[in-house]
Amino acid sequence: MSLRGAAAIVGIGDTAVGKLPGWTATGLTVEAARLALADAALDKSAIDGLVTCDSMVEPHMYHAELIAQTMRIRPRWCMTLSAGGATNFAAVHHAAAAIATGQCTTVLIVSADVLRTGLTPERAQAQMSSTGDPDFEAPYGLPVPGSYALVARAHMHAYGTTAEQLARVAVTTRAHAALNPAAEKRTPITVDDVLASRMIADPLHLLDCSLVSDGGSAVIVTAAERARDFPHPPVLLLGAGEGRSHEHVSQAPSLVTSAARESGRRAYDMARLGPADVDFAELYDCFTPVVLVELEDLGFCPKGEGGPFVADGHTALGGSLPTNTHGGLLSHAHPGNPGSMFALTEAVRQLRGDAGERQVRRAEIGLVHGQGGILSSHCTLVLGREVARS
Amino acid sequence: MTTTAKPLPVPTAVTAPYWEGCRRGVLLLQRCTACHAVQLPPQRHCGSCLGDALEWQPAAGTGRITSWTVVRHPMSAAFAADVPYAVAIVALDEGPTMMARIRDCDLDALHVGMRVGVGFEPRSETIALPYFRPAR
Repeated sequence: MSLRGAAAIVGIGDTAVGKLPGWTATGLTVEAARLALADAALDKSAIDGLVTCDSMVEPHMYHAELIAQTMRIRPRWCMTLSAGGATNFAAVHHAAAAIATGQCTTVLIVSADVLRTGLTPERAQAQMSSTGDPDFEAPYGLPVPGSYALVARAHMHAYGTTAEQLARVAVTTRAHAALNPAAEKRTPITVDDVLASRMIADPLHLLDCSLVSDGGSAVIVTAAERARDFPHPPVLLLGAGEGRSHEHVSQAPSLVTSAARESGRRAYDMARLGPADVDFAELYDCFTPVVLVELEDLGFCPKGEGGPFVADGHTALGGSLPTNTHGGLLSHAHPGNPGSMFALTEAVRQLRGDAGERQVRRAEIGLVHGQGGILSSHCTLVLGREVARS
Repeated sequence: MTTTAKPLPVPTAVTAPYWEGCRRGVLLLQRCTACHAVQLPPQRHCGSCLGDALEWQPAAGTGRITSWTVVRHPMSAAFAADVPYAVAIVALDEGPTMMARIRDCDLDALHVGMRVGVGFEPRSETIALPYFRPAR
């Protein structure tokens, strides 16, 4: 049994992002859910499936149940999922399977957090550094940007990637954010700005690093055959694939090739499509080198050529593969694990034709990719407006 | 949660011999008596064959840097006094990879593939942390 075309996204909701004093993580989660329900013109009583991601700032033992309690809904299928930046897309994969096997009909996937105002930046860093092995990594004082600096340095050594090419990822993404009224950082930047920004962990500068934000986002997934009854054209899940290789960076089998290769291949196989069929991509960009690894591992360019691919303008709007059209984690917002969901709601907007100034022309097939840990956990989704493509 | 104290390893029944080795100035690896795989960090089982008959074996204490960074902006106040400092992944000659600081090294001389040798930095009565320095 294939999930190809079995489920569709019929509602999306993004909260405001940035600095949102007065909001709690739970409050923002319900706000995102409310917005997605409104987008789908759906009453909350229709939700019989729920997936959430625990808050870093306000952790709860039974997070999904907490959200169900707060929203006063009684889902029959429910889980709290934890796969870092891959969480939200793995949730879509699981939800499609649950819908296809009759376990539920209408799934709300929602996550939000208040990393910006709920934690001091130092506390947020320390919290995120808890991804490191407590005995065999944490004592050496490597912050999260440092872990990704290891990825960048290894990529530079193996393929000749340059700091300028990494910077181009940030510059291109910022140019897209400039066209997105919802993005946190909208002032265009140059390669020189990136290279002149403070060095955080060689070779990564401040502007190679994503934001720390408050915010949240939600989608509503239902069976494809029910999806025509909603206000917006449905966006179909054509392919989904996952891959994992390790938890801790010191034990990564490779610092330059990730399990995105496996997740991508599985998603393409299900969709019966390949990288050449993809019109735009929303990739996980917590730090600039990750985008290069993903572009390569997902087959958009040969291994090692991610730097030139970006520098040649392929990932810019108007290029062959517009990427992170909303501004990504680098410039739109990054509230932690919930951050990847904005890539999914952006893909839905692009496929609906609702992306305004940043609309990709002829956007028929979109790919989103989430990555959790330090290149650890991967999920790829291929989305489209139609199951069959001529 | 305090951010002023550097985190230190807490030895367990499985890892205590490793940390005792570090305290004595010997880097120990686990070797599976069934399939002969060598592993680090220490675990209860062999990650290759899942056998549980593991023995300790001293490592040569040499390897090469597979990647490195120099931290300029510390993760917490505890590490603020250390910046700038180098952290690397080192592939030991026996195969396992591990994270460690690189010390006694010109930061500008760091490079992928650099040969390094282990040393140990006492951090408490019972804990010494392995670090690496350029091989002589």
